[in-house]
Amino acid sequence: MRNGELYCSELTKVYSGSGGKRALDSVNLTIPSRGILALIGMNGAGKTTLVRILATQLEPTSGIAQIDGVDVVKEPKKLRERIATVPQEARPVPWMTPLQTVVSYLLWRGVAYAEAKRRGAEALGRVGLDDQGTKLNRRLSGGQRRKVLVATALAADAEITFLDEPTTGLDPLSRRELWRSLQELAKERFLVLTTHYLEEAEQLADMIAVLDEGRLAGVGTLDQLRSLVKYQYSIRYSIRLPSIPERPTVKEGTVTTGRDGEIQVLTSEEEAYRISRELLERGARFSVNRISLDDVFFHLVGSTGVPKQ
Amino acid sequence: MKNRWSRQILAAVLVNSIYAMKNYPAVLFNTALAPLSFLLIVNFVSRGGLVGQAIEGAFIMSMFSNGMALQGDLSHLKNDLKLQDMVVSTPTTPGVYVLGMAISEIVYSLPALLTLVGLTAVFVHPNVTQGVELLAVMLLMFTVSVTIGFTLSTFSSDIVQSFAFSGLISTLFTTLPPVYYPITYIPLPFRYLAYLSPTTYAAEIAQSTTGFLQLSTVELIFAWVILIAITVTLALIAVKKARWREV
Repeated sequence: MRNGELYCSELTKVYSGSGGKRALDSVNLTIPSRGILALIGMNGAGKTTLVRILATQLEPTSGIAQIDGVDVVKEPKKLRERIATVPQEARPVPWMTPLQTVVSYLLWRGVAYAEAKRRGAEALGRVGLDDQGTKLNRRLSGGQRRKVLVATALAADAEITFLDEPTTGLDPLSRRELWRSLQELAKERFLVLTTHYLEEAEQLADMIAVLDEGRLAGVGTLDQLRSLVKYQYSIRYSIRLPSIPERPTVKEGTVTTGRDGEIQVLTSEEEAYRISRELLERGARFSVNRISLDDVFFHLVGSTGVPKQ
Repeated sequence: MKNRWSRQILAAVLVNSIYAMKNYPAVLFNTALAPLSFLLIVNFVSRGGLVGQAIEGAFIMSMFSNGMALQGDLSHLKNDLKLQDMVVSTPTTPGVYVLGMAISEIVYSLPALLTLVGLTAVFVHPNVTQGVELLAVMLLMFTVSVTIGFTLSTFSSDIVQSFAFSGLISTLFTTLPPVYYPITYIPLPFRYLAYLSPTTYAAEIAQSTTGFLQLSTVELIFAWVILIAITVTLALIAVKKARWREV
């Protein structure tokens, strides 16, 4: 409810014609409205619905959502002065150039034409499209089109920016370049992004919210989320390897078998050491790590080890 | 605030007409094609007897079709490109967005409109008062179609559905009613059906203003009242029912 916070209380969304299915189900959330918040979850988990409500594009069915004390439902005009957004399925207008795309968006934000052109050229440079500014959008690759939209959000220089899957379709190098831009952007601002890439959330986010079938399964920093899992070490190996005729005994921890035959053992440090030694003696290939967001995600979402499609 | 509105209107005009015309010059001919084709056909069939009415009809069709084209364009920008979602999350209000888009449709069809202005000057040669009356009728026609277009676009979720609707409504309101010729050419029982379309009243006023149709003062006032009432009603429905933020 206070300044400096994103606050949601019992936030619920039921789309008409959905047969009462809750796209968002009583989400309660209070986190600082600074830095980067990553929303992660399977397809249909409610990430886009939450972003669209916060970005004043969609009305919730019930509940409260506030950013810095500004009510998303009751005071959308006030919030719209401060936000910029790139929707998940947005595409730049095909008959326009990247520069024209950014300039027109900034004009809609009320920026003067000359200033819009200057900021547009600068933002396109930041996403590596400075030499593509005058090419028609329809002639750009899928990744470049995505960058054009991200450039519009960067050029807006808004206090709060919502990016729904900003790096989908980008090559690994471009993704990392964009990460740097987003980290730069988020230094003094609040950036909310959704992503399917857990590595992205792990690398970028100051706070991570895990959504599962409309419910908030967990929220916090990466360390806070890790602490939700009882065991802090993860071992992964495959039972399909001939060098492992039988599974090593697990005295403490949880064992999950994925559909691809991969075994994941979440366990304590001592037990991880013991199992690792056993696997080493058998000459097995395996990995042992402190639990990652991937492990936390599976733990919270209750998957069998293979993400739902 | 005025500066901000003018920039937001400029954005719409740039996106929906100037950039399209600049980058795809073929569209310059697109909007002129349908009204001018009907004008030519009516002119040939009437052996030049209905050229004045046909020019006014082409004007009415142009203005109405422009407004209906808005529906397809808004739907495309909203559903396919998600541009409207991006604009919703800016300080732009729905009124300014639609005004900008409506102006963009006028700009987009300037080649057709300028041709028709030229033809009107040559074949209809209205005086200033008649010119003002014609302009008022055309603006009302445009407002009617813009309000229908915007309202429908906020409800449609599919571009194919949108184009089907705009084509259907344009045909129903501009080619079936007596827009290119006087209503007296229609047999009486069907004449009542023609009065269901706002374009019929617009054509009656335009034709009466320039002397192509004889209407009594009462009939003329009645046509104006009906046309204004339709415009106001549709505008109120648009304001009340159209959705900016989705529910």
